Amino acid sequence: MPNLEHPAYPAATLLHLESLVPCRESQVSMLLSIFGERQQFSFPSIFIYGHTSSGKTYVMQTLLKTLQLPHVFVNCVEYFTSRLLLEEILMQLQNCSSETEQTSQVHCDTFNDFVRLFKQAVVSEEFEDQTLYIVLDRAEQLREMEANILPAFLRLQELTDRNVTVILLSEIVWELFRPNIGCFEPFTLYFPDYSIGHLQKILSQNHHPKYSVDFYAAYINILLGVFYMVCRDLKELQHLAALNFSKYCEPVVRGEANERDTRKLWKNIEPHLKKAMHTVYLREISSSQWERLQRDDGEPGQLKGLSAHTHVELPYYSKFLLIAAYLASYNPVRTDKRFFLKHHGKIRKTNFMKKHEKTSNHLLGPKPFPLDRLLAILYSIVDNRVAPTANIFSQITSLVTLQLLSMVGHNDQLDGPRYKCTVSLDFIRAIARTVNFDIIKYLYDFL
Amino acid sequence: MKSKEIPTAALVLGVNVTDHDLTFRSLSEVLQNNITPYIAFLEAKDCPGVKKLMQKLMGQLMNCSVDLDSSEDEDYVQVSHNRIRCSMTSLINWYESVTKKTDSETSSKKRTSSSRHWQSPPVVVVFKDMESFSTKVLQDFIVISSQHIRELPLVLIFGIATSPMIIHSLLPHSVSSLLCIELFQSLSCKDHLSTIIDKLLLRASFPFKLGEKVLQVLINIFLYHDFSVQNFVKGFQLCIVEHFCSQPVSVLCCQLVDAKKRADSLSHDQCENIRKLPSFQRYVESQVSENQIALLTEDTYLKEITQKLLEDLHVYHENYLSVLRCFHVFTSFLPKYPLGKQIRELHCACLENQVWETEEYESSLQLARMLNKSDLVTMLQQCVEIFVSSSGKEFDNTVEKLKEFLTQFQKLEAEAFQEQDVSVSSQKELQKKTDLYHLQKTLLELKESRRSKKLTKFEMLRFEVVDYIDSLVRNYLVPANHKTLHEIVYFNTASVLREHLNAAPRIALHTALNNPYRYLKNQELKSDEGSISNKAPDICIVYKLHLECGRLINLVDWLEAFSTVVMATEGPNADAASSDQVDDIIHARFIRAVSELELLGFIKPSKQKTDHVARLTWGGC
Repeated sequence: MPNLEHPAYPAATLLHLESLVPCRESQVSMLLSIFGERQQFSFPSIFIYGHTSSGKTYVMQTLLKTLQLPHVFVNCVEYFTSRLLLEEILMQLQNCSSETEQTSQVHCDTFNDFVRLFKQAVVSEEFEDQTLYIVLDRAEQLREMEANILPAFLRLQELTDRNVTVILLSEIVWELFRPNIGCFEPFTLYFPDYSIGHLQKILSQNHHPKYSVDFYAAYINILLGVFYMVCRDLKELQHLAALNFSKYCEPVVRGEANERDTRKLWKNIEPHLKKAMHTVYLREISSSQWERLQRDDGEPGQLKGLSAHTHVELPYYSKFLLIAAYLASYNPVRTDKRFFLKHHGKIRKTNFMKKHEKTSNHLLGPKPFPLDRLLAILYSIVDNRVAPTANIFSQITSLVTLQLLSMVGHNDQLDGPRYKCTVSLDFIRAIARTVNFDIIKYLYDFL
Repeated sequence: MKSKEIPTAALVLGVNVTDHDLTFRSLSEVLQNNITPYIAFLEAKDCPGVKKLMQKLMGQLMNCSVDLDSSEDEDYVQVSHNRIRCSMTSLINWYESVTKKTDSETSSKKRTSSSRHWQSPPVVVVFKDMESFSTKVLQDFIVISSQHIRELPLVLIFGIATSPMIIHSLLPHSVSSLLCIELFQSLSCKDHLSTIIDKLLLRASFPFKLGEKVLQVLINIFLYHDFSVQNFVKGFQLCIVEHFCSQPVSVLCCQLVDAKKRADSLSHDQCENIRKLPSFQRYVESQVSENQIALLTEDTYLKEITQKLLEDLHVYHENYLSVLRCFHVFTSFLPKYPLGKQIRELHCACLENQVWETEEYESSLQLARMLNKSDLVTMLQQCVEIFVSSSGKEFDNTVEKLKEFLTQFQKLEAEAFQEQDVSVSSQKELQKKTDLYHLQKTLLELKESRRSKKLTKFEMLRFEVVDYIDSLVRNYLVPANHKTLHEIVYFNTASVLREHLNAAPRIALHTALNNPYRYLKNQELKSDEGSISNKAPDICIVYKLHLECGRLINLVDWLEAFSTVVMATEGPNADAASSDQVDDIIHARFIRAVSELELLGFIKPSKQKTDHVARLTWGGC
């Protein structure tokens, strides 16, 4: 274990910092050595990347806070335009530099303004001798702003001629950021995923005060045994650990087992955790519902998850419209004659197919079709006569707004609109069953 | 609940999108009265990006704070509106200032008004049409607001029209893990329809009634097209308007007391209108000749009779509804529901014609004769309840009769025990025989005895019950159009309704262009089908010509055909001079007509061949 050492900071603070960032000591010491001493100029921009919940934001925040370095922390998702982002940085600067005057509204439309205002803000003596850190979380959003924003942030130190370091945090690699025209290359630092041992260590840290450390560690061990295969997200695991701990303690509370009786405890909790994996982890049922279930000792089977409600009630003709759209999407146009004409003659599938049609249309996905084809199929699959009333047309539009159909291309309505059917085979079979329509018989793939 | 999770309600409302507004409105009323003044409704069409969404959200929230406060704060709001920074921070600042203000208010003056809300009321954001929102906007908004959930207690409501699966398809796991979603399912729209029919149509208190065809049109539009309860109600309103506009005698369509008064003060013309009613004419014909003359000539006598008939009609309705409900109880016990599951289907069947003459009725009686005892008893009990609670006066006997049936069933129960013993003993005898010959013999005997055996008492009673129900139906469920003066309260012109509610624009357009006489009523335009008259407007000629073409139409050929048709009047001599050169005026007329057709959506310029246009419709002559 590398102990954090740095001449600029007192050992006690560093020790405290080390306890706060378990399993990230090497990254922190690396950062510290890049930062150097307070007044020293640091590398102009640092790019930190790593998978979801590998501690990027947390480490940066604790590091800057515990060492009391002047910093600005901005989430780029939250400040979704460049103007908002720049103004937010300036506002935070004002806040941390001066307690005296009220923060006034800043207006900053361009990066040029930003540089000017930034220089003004940093003039105060507090920043004079210290490096200012600007942390941009979720930096991948910067790519969607104006083209000059990202390169300018990367060389902010040079542009402003001030002691400032920009730190970008992202989940994706630097190669995906690099603009075509090239830019200042930041120092990149990778935060690797936590290993199972790391997870165990971190999760065990916040144990319940009523129970011993070993007891909680054993619980975490079981939890990881169930969930590690599907989920390595630390936040999610923490959430799950908190949700299910009370269940784990139940035998101990009731006095049926003591804290050492791991096997018994395991037997008690394991099916419960498996159930949790299928329900609450997938957000099929909400955490509060899950807690309620635990309290009432009910079976999760009683509570239907979100995916259980697949049934969609549709008006009679909408059902047929959807069926017709499905047929139009998945059948080749030439086969319409065979399916919907009475005397189509015999067409063998093997001779009839072109080469590219031999692959299943269901694997290729839905194909667009014009409105007229949809209506033609509709008229031939509905038993009684359907008048082409305004209602039928508005039903097509409402199917589009319900996302059951989707319009292809944003052409003018008059210009022969084209649609795609976006529902799944299971869905359409359920729909077809309610109107006694054997859709499989009409699908070219199942011939 | 995880600390950062946003409480979310997934509200599954069904595909009848037009009704959602009503639901949301009442939801917001409830919320506003009990929980929070801060409610914002977002629609997908207003929110193409996060920026627009925030703008919309802040606009709505800050306006609602204006409503809450007095006018003195107006300048503050206006200032903030001018330089609104659409970010979460400004929203949080706003929230803090608002809650602080209400806090100080409560301490100073009006404790009552704000005490109905919570200490820090949540901000409710309703996504009206979840399906139409783009994933990115939703994701970003959720991620942002989850970061500030502590400072700004948000509650999200997703209005979902299809199925809650859409949440998973719109939001990736990393985002949906920020939500604490609970599912709420609204009643099916068919249930709403049933309620409306029950409360509106199957009530004697409303004088206005819908005829069978009209009701069928409304129900069909509902079931086949839109599932929209609101549209159903609008259709019903249209029926009322149409009825009172088009039917002169509808002046008598009101509560019985008023109707009698009005009947008394009818003018001569109005009396004549009554005499013209087909149902009244039928009634006159059934009378003796003196009466006939009196009815047709004396207004005072007519008024008297009208009052009597109106009362009859009223009584008929009261009885009809009770018996209909009773009969519905009866049919809903039958397997496969030959007369329909819903009372509306039964109602339609009864309105249409004499229900006891239909095959379905026959089969349902057959099935009823096979009902088991417990079903029969519960059915009878429910019928008794219906009749007791009904307002009709004639049902005292019926109730007694039904109660008598019930006591008889109870008596039977006691007797049943004894019979059981007998049957058990005969079966035991059967088991003793092992010889095949003997076995066959006994079986034959048993069969014989069963055939000749008289009906058990239970079966007798069952027949009686069914016959009694049958007699009730025959007495009371007479179709309304057999009743005299039914035209006064029944609206029957289904065709008008269909034209208004289920319009067919394509067909109308085709008729207009194919047969201009239909709308223009110009005698010259009257022509037999198929031929093209040159008197018709240019667009009609062009339309008819284009019907004869395939998918691609050659413009030159089309123009030539057009000029031939138009020139046909000028006679063969004029034609000869300009046969190869098309007149400029005709050319211009042709171009105009073609562009009109393009505007109507029949053709479009084709990219395949420059001098061709593509047809956008198929079919034709």
